[in-house]
Amino acid sequence: MKWAVVVFPGSNCDEDAAQAVRETTGDTVDLVWHDATDLSQYDAIILPGGFSYGDYLRSGAIARFSPAVEAVRREVAEGKLVLGICNGFQVLTESHLLPGALLRNNHLQFRCEMVELIVDNNTSPFTRAYQLGERIQIPIAHGEGRFHADPETVADLRNEGRIAFRYAHSPNGSVADIAGILGQGGNVLGLMPHPERAIFDWMGSVDGRRLFQSMHQYVEEGLAHARANA
Amino acid sequence: MKTFDVEVRVWLKPSVFDPQGHAVEQALHTLGFDGAQNVRIGKYMHLTVTGDTEEEARKSVEQMCERVLSNPVMETYAYELKETVV
Amino acid sequence: MREPTPEQIRDERVYRSLGLTDAEYDLVVEKLGRLPNYVEAGIFGVLWSEHCSYKSSKVHLRRFPTSGSQVLQGPGENAGVVDIGDGMAVAFKMESHNHPSAVEPYQGAATGVGGILRDIFTMGARPVAFLDSLRFGPLDDARTRYLFSEVVAGIGGYGNCVGIPTVGGEVQFSPTYRGNPLVNAMCVGILPADGIVRGTATGVGNPVFVVGARTGRDGIHGATFASAEDPEEKERSAVQVGDPFLGKLLMEACLELIASGVVVGIQDMGAAGLTSSSAEMASRAGGGLELVLDRVPVREEGMTPYEMMLSESQERMLVVLERGREQVAFDIFRRYGLEVADVGRVTDDGRLRLIWHGEVVGDMPVAALVDEAPVYERPIGTPRVPEKGDIPTTLSVREAWLAILAHPSVADKRWVYRQYDTMVRAQTVMGPGSDAALVKVPGMDKAIAMATDGNSRYVALNPRRGGQIAVAEAVRNLATTGAKPLAITNCLNFGNPEKPEVMRQLSDAIDGMADACKALDTPVVSGNVSLYNESRGLDIQPTPVVGAVGVIDGIAKRLPSAPAREVAAAGLELWLLGREDDRLDGTLYGELVCGQPVGDAPYIDLAEERRLHELLQAIAGAQVAVAAHDVTEGGIAAAAAEMMIQCDVGGELHAPVEMALLGWLFSEAQGRALVAVAQDCAAELARLADTHAVPARKLGWLGATDDVIVRQAGDTAFTISLAALRDAFERAIPMALQSGAAEASA
Repeated sequence: MKWAVVVFPGSNCDEDAAQAVRETTGDTVDLVWHDATDLSQYDAIILPGGFSYGDYLRSGAIARFSPAVEAVRREVAEGKLVLGICNGFQVLTESHLLPGALLRNNHLQFRCEMVELIVDNNTSPFTRAYQLGERIQIPIAHGEGRFHADPETVADLRNEGRIAFRYAHSPNGSVADIAGILGQGGNVLGLMPHPERAIFDWMGSVDGRRLFQSMHQYVEEGLAHARANA
Repeated sequence: MKTFDVEVRVWLKPSVFDPQGHAVEQALHTLGFDGAQNVRIGKYMHLTVTGDTEEEARKSVEQMCERVLSNPVMETYAYELKETVV
Repeated sequence: MREPTPEQIRDERVYRSLGLTDAEYDLVVEKLGRLPNYVEAGIFGVLWSEHCSYKSSKVHLRRFPTSGSQVLQGPGENAGVVDIGDGMAVAFKMESHNHPSAVEPYQGAATGVGGILRDIFTMGARPVAFLDSLRFGPLDDARTRYLFSEVVAGIGGYGNCVGIPTVGGEVQFSPTYRGNPLVNAMCVGILPADGIVRGTATGVGNPVFVVGARTGRDGIHGATFASAEDPEEKERSAVQVGDPFLGKLLMEACLELIASGVVVGIQDMGAAGLTSSSAEMASRAGGGLELVLDRVPVREEGMTPYEMMLSESQERMLVVLERGREQVAFDIFRRYGLEVADVGRVTDDGRLRLIWHGEVVGDMPVAALVDEAPVYERPIGTPRVPEKGDIPTTLSVREAWLAILAHPSVADKRWVYRQYDTMVRAQTVMGPGSDAALVKVPGMDKAIAMATDGNSRYVALNPRRGGQIAVAEAVRNLATTGAKPLAITNCLNFGNPEKPEVMRQLSDAIDGMADACKALDTPVVSGNVSLYNESRGLDIQPTPVVGAVGVIDGIAKRLPSAPAREVAAAGLELWLLGREDDRLDGTLYGELVCGQPVGDAPYIDLAEERRLHELLQAIAGAQVAVAAHDVTEGGIAAAAAEMMIQCDVGGELHAPVEMALLGWLFSEAQGRALVAVAQDCAAELARLADTHAVPARKLGWLGATDDVIVRQAGDTAFTISLAALRDAFERAIPMALQSGAAEASA
């Protein structure tokens, strides 16, 4: 399978995401500039962390108007996998590919540390390699990660099993301790923690590996299925 | 074509917790301004727009606010528009 | 508003407000052979300033060793470069931003980080880490808490956004820095050993470009021809504001441009902006430059040549390109949305010539501006004789142990570093909280080790030995992780050089640092001097800060500063490498008792120090130990407590019979480290210590206890719960900031 990591001006976890994909799946990854208009050749697309356009105005607010995000919108409709990490999650909420918004942390400080997450969904293409209720260690690094949505939206997310990860101890004041959510079709995941920073022992955790491997496995199964039917 | 001077204010909706506003309110109380309540911090933007009529200019500013300058999920906005006198 | 005429500059001594003394002005006239006009006088003023010319420190800096087989680029360039083997090299430098941070702490710190970042990537290196060495007054006053919080936020604000991890540094607090905080930022980058780019303007006719932000009126000094009371004027000379987003784009574009091979020379427009970048690039090439100022992109209308030349607007670079290949650069900059302007060309007449509105408005010999800048041999006072005599021991072991761990200089700095992105780039093997940071070289089983250190208490008591210790501690931090130390950078933060006693401190501290650099084979490859650090007429304690860089081949060999909890809980031996000592000279204990530094600087022997460093590398190489932590501020007591708190396991410490217990626990004698080792490896550890001629003794153990027990001559001399030590260590800084807030609201 083939992955794309979209690079916006100000992205800074693009290389990290690409490294994580290569190291955990052995797949091919392209870094794709934000002006790309066609992403149809890719099976999975990552919107990486960073400070796209300096996070000026609002995090992710300017990036959402880039041609690449329009292309992402089309691929989401096609059922392709889209993973938004940190700033990528912010871009996804700003573009309404995911509900809610990400606000300034309740303590007003940037916070970077290893946090404990609880896996709340293990049936999605992104989380199938985890156990339900499993506690995993993944680092966070954000100043604006407080997930906000109105109560009905949160209830929907909960009822539809679209809360993928919750914080064991919320580092930012997110509603319902939400760390990551799935889109309506289940093929979009946005999360504030950085799975690409938890793939080797020396990073302090390897719990991020299975996220990329889940995606790889899901896509490869689909491709195999398609080949069998061809 | 007329030119209009526009002032846009964007702030968090009342239902959304504003930690900055909260911190400032605390500080005001510390300094003895006990009457200060409901502090909300927002953004101020200044721009000029052109349009044939004021109505057209307003429509364009509203679209900017809805689509770019604010995020309706968490923010609300207001603006003032005045024709620039040359 | 009119600029003063050359005659007015002379007659009304306007040059004084531009930073030139009467004698310096006369020298300018002599070098030019005529009276300088306003822009020329301004240019001489900044280039001959202490900051740019090092005129007070230059004669002393020459005593630093700067060469070695590992050195690829020594001082004099934008940064130093050392070889780390396998075709790779590391560029690094530290720089102070003390004054701007005292005025506007967030922007002062942020622009300090941005400036040092540009110094690294101009060498052709990909920046991979930041470290910050910070000094503040005590946290008991609101201004200091504000400075501290904002400096930390500013470092994070810039560093996090540009996507380079802040992996280390230190923060110390002392009354000496009240009113004069120190903000020293270090950046480290990786490059191919044969890929060094220099800040040189060569090739007659090659075009010169300004890239990045537009030039505004920020940071212009000495704009005195308008009334200082004029609010608009104050507005104009406001502090520089950093734009990390633009900084990131500029970095990526410049690295791409350098890789394309069309760059002849490149330099950051840092302090004194266009002036220093153009003059220094021309000076290094031994040539000249002609700049057409009308072509400099400006942010405001009506800027004068003086303002354009002296502006300190951030995120700008001066680039000399190979003639005929400009399009390559234009394409790269357009892709990053960056503005680029052709502002002049390289000449061979050795002059910096400025053209504006078709006229020559400045014409100066480059040599006079840079190479022939005045050098002073300022008077040096008599050396301070270290005090002799006993240090009172009025604080009990319990009181002292808790007070030392709760002293903000020793206490847990998590409040600081969790505001920094310490892991972006996904190569951080060991981050803040370790003896040294380790950052992996991508794609190789190799990591760069880096640390900063510098204890002004020791330097104040005994500048020469304090200087030795500053280098030894920073370098020891590297060795403690198992890395091989390679070289250092430094920031020399001192008081007013016009005072002989300050010059004595500077001169002696440099001698001490040079002693240690030679003994430890860690030459100085870059650095910076910050003088006039004083407030209300009081000079700060002399504070040389050292940034050390090394390499570890094989990251599995690394020694963390504490073992993993499960490993420690199962039982480990704790060993002391180095001498036993019970003298309280120069200790934090002494300062806590007496309210100021007391006695002499602690013991150090540089030959012993070197043997210890080699032993630590051998221990790491043989993978004998599971953790190591060096003994510094707060002595064995603090070092052991830090290790135990980190692994959350208590243990025992055994004091030698002949030592005074209190002194033994809190002595800050140098050249020592604690090592945690499995029982079955202890014999091998002892053997290695023996071959390296380093004293080694089983100090005690880590294991299944919640207490820290000190024994002497077989008896339990003292017991304290690990929880109490942890509480003191972890809560000190958050509490100091919180109680401050509570105090303010009371």
